[in-house]
Amino acid sequence: MSSQVPLAKQARKVLVGDHAVAEAVKLAKVNIVSAYPITPQTLIVERISEMIEKGELRADYVRVESEFAALATVYGAAAGGARAFTATSSHGLFYMYEMLWWAAASRVPLVMAVVTRALGPPWNIHDEHTDILAMRDSGWIIGMAQNVQEAFDMTLTAFKISENEKVLLPVAVGLDGFILSHTAEPLDVPSQEDVDTWLPPRNPRIPYVIEPGGEAITMGNLPGNDVYHAILKKYMDESMEAAKKVIAEVYDEYSKLTGRNYGVLTECYKCSDAKYLAVSMGAWSGDILNAVERLRNEGYPIGLLRIRYIRPFPEEDIGGWINGMKGVIIFDRDYSAGMGGVLASEISGLVPSSISFEGVLAGLGGFDVSADEFKTIMRDFVDKTEREGLVKIRKYWYIPKIER
Amino acid sequence: MTGVTEFVILGRGGQGGVTAARILVSAALKDGKWGQAIPEFGAERRGAVVKSYARIADKPVPLHSNVRKADVLIVLISNVLDLVNIDELMRSRDSIIIVNSPSPIRTGYRTYYVDATSISEKLGLIIAGWHIVSTPLLGAVAKVTGVVSLESIINSLPEFVGRENLVKLNTEAVKLGYESVRGGEK
Repeated sequence: MSSQVPLAKQARKVLVGDHAVAEAVKLAKVNIVSAYPITPQTLIVERISEMIEKGELRADYVRVESEFAALATVYGAAAGGARAFTATSSHGLFYMYEMLWWAAASRVPLVMAVVTRALGPPWNIHDEHTDILAMRDSGWIIGMAQNVQEAFDMTLTAFKISENEKVLLPVAVGLDGFILSHTAEPLDVPSQEDVDTWLPPRNPRIPYVIEPGGEAITMGNLPGNDVYHAILKKYMDESMEAAKKVIAEVYDEYSKLTGRNYGVLTECYKCSDAKYLAVSMGAWSGDILNAVERLRNEGYPIGLLRIRYIRPFPEEDIGGWINGMKGVIIFDRDYSAGMGGVLASEISGLVPSSISFEGVLAGLGGFDVSADEFKTIMRDFVDKTEREGLVKIRKYWYIPKIER
Repeated sequence: MTGVTEFVILGRGGQGGVTAARILVSAALKDGKWGQAIPEFGAERRGAVVKSYARIADKPVPLHSNVRKADVLIVLISNVLDLVNIDELMRSRDSIIIVNSPSPIRTGYRTYYVDATSISEKLGLIIAGWHIVSTPLLGAVAKVTGVVSLESIINSLPEFVGRENLVKLNTEAVKLGYESVRGGEK
């Protein structure tokens, strides 16, 4: 790789995922943050409040009465031209569900961290992806980080992606509750000066600004012709398509700043000569990768496709990698009742009938799945396909034995 | 896995097990290594048995699952050993235990002991009625395992301990733990 541009000087710190997100928000010089606490997100807004109190970040901090208000506040601020951020989890995300749609379809740039957590009942504070995946129809760009460094990088890049004229859609940055949010790992952080050269202040007039005495505009009004609705959705779809290219460009620039290279919407490990493909998203991808590497040592030709962004849906990447495989096994840490795993459901449409397929539902409610367990599940799938030919398992409920 | 040292820290809620794991990782970074500190969160409360985990390696490790088997088990209060199945926690017969205890404890594993409670008592390191036992134990970890250096643990303290005199006292506690750890018999 040629690097004409000198890499930014970076400081190495040990931070938990939530504090890494707060660090990125500070470096993005947001103008306004709304805060409503919910575990395991709370550390983000707590840390931001400390940053503002110490004068490290000059931003308005609005303590709101609910998550609905949390999103409504930053939505309004963004419509007024501000760079805005909020964060939530689980029930909090669902309390702002209506606002998700208003913010996205109003085409205002916004960034929100979603620290993934199961939904009750029963009451559960641990990790599951069902909450963030429930955003998927609303018009948000949705990413999921694999580690603390990526949670930081995804947050910082989210502002640039969201504010791009070709995109103008809000971005959700997902990180696994506790598994990333409360786990401390080394993190490389570029300096404020270097971030400033790469991420200038938001242009408040893109796409529009609501301001006293400003241009008269209407937003969210009841249009005279319902066809406007379809036109808006088509525009949003075009922006989602454009976002694929913009995300690639933003990460390309970012790699020149930081030296960190990511795939764009997906990353595929050990895939070029693979006959089997595992698919996953989020922090446990590293544990699955560890299992893939050990299976490789035992002669199993398997690779791992990690989804970084589930919206826009990386159809071309996934379809391309599946082509020529003998089997695909998908790990879902989420469940769509009456359907199955969300990733398995979305990806199954890209799997030809001649290829073996297994959808694994695991880790629901946050139960820990070790690399050894992933290894056994994947090995059994490959062995079964080799033994029986075509295998089609729509839902495999992986549930460890417990004492009752 | 080769090249990775996996730690389980066992104690009671409020004893500072999570912070101890983070200090360990911060020290590893200063030694040019990679580390990861994982708390086990539940509906924990002061006094309940709690676990936290750490991984230290020369190169980054992609794992985020819990540590199931310890190469090194750090025990902040010895009576929790009666409440867990030690064999389930240990990687192998060569794995080690470092326990806060005034006298040797037989576990069937190489067990080191350091009287962390007396060290913190002597230094007056008692906060809200709790003896700070994590720092003497971290000193013992540096001595027994060599996975992190004494110097790096001491240099990491200011990131976690607020006031200057507390940094001083905890530095002393780390040193005393390093010097006074004994045992190692199975």
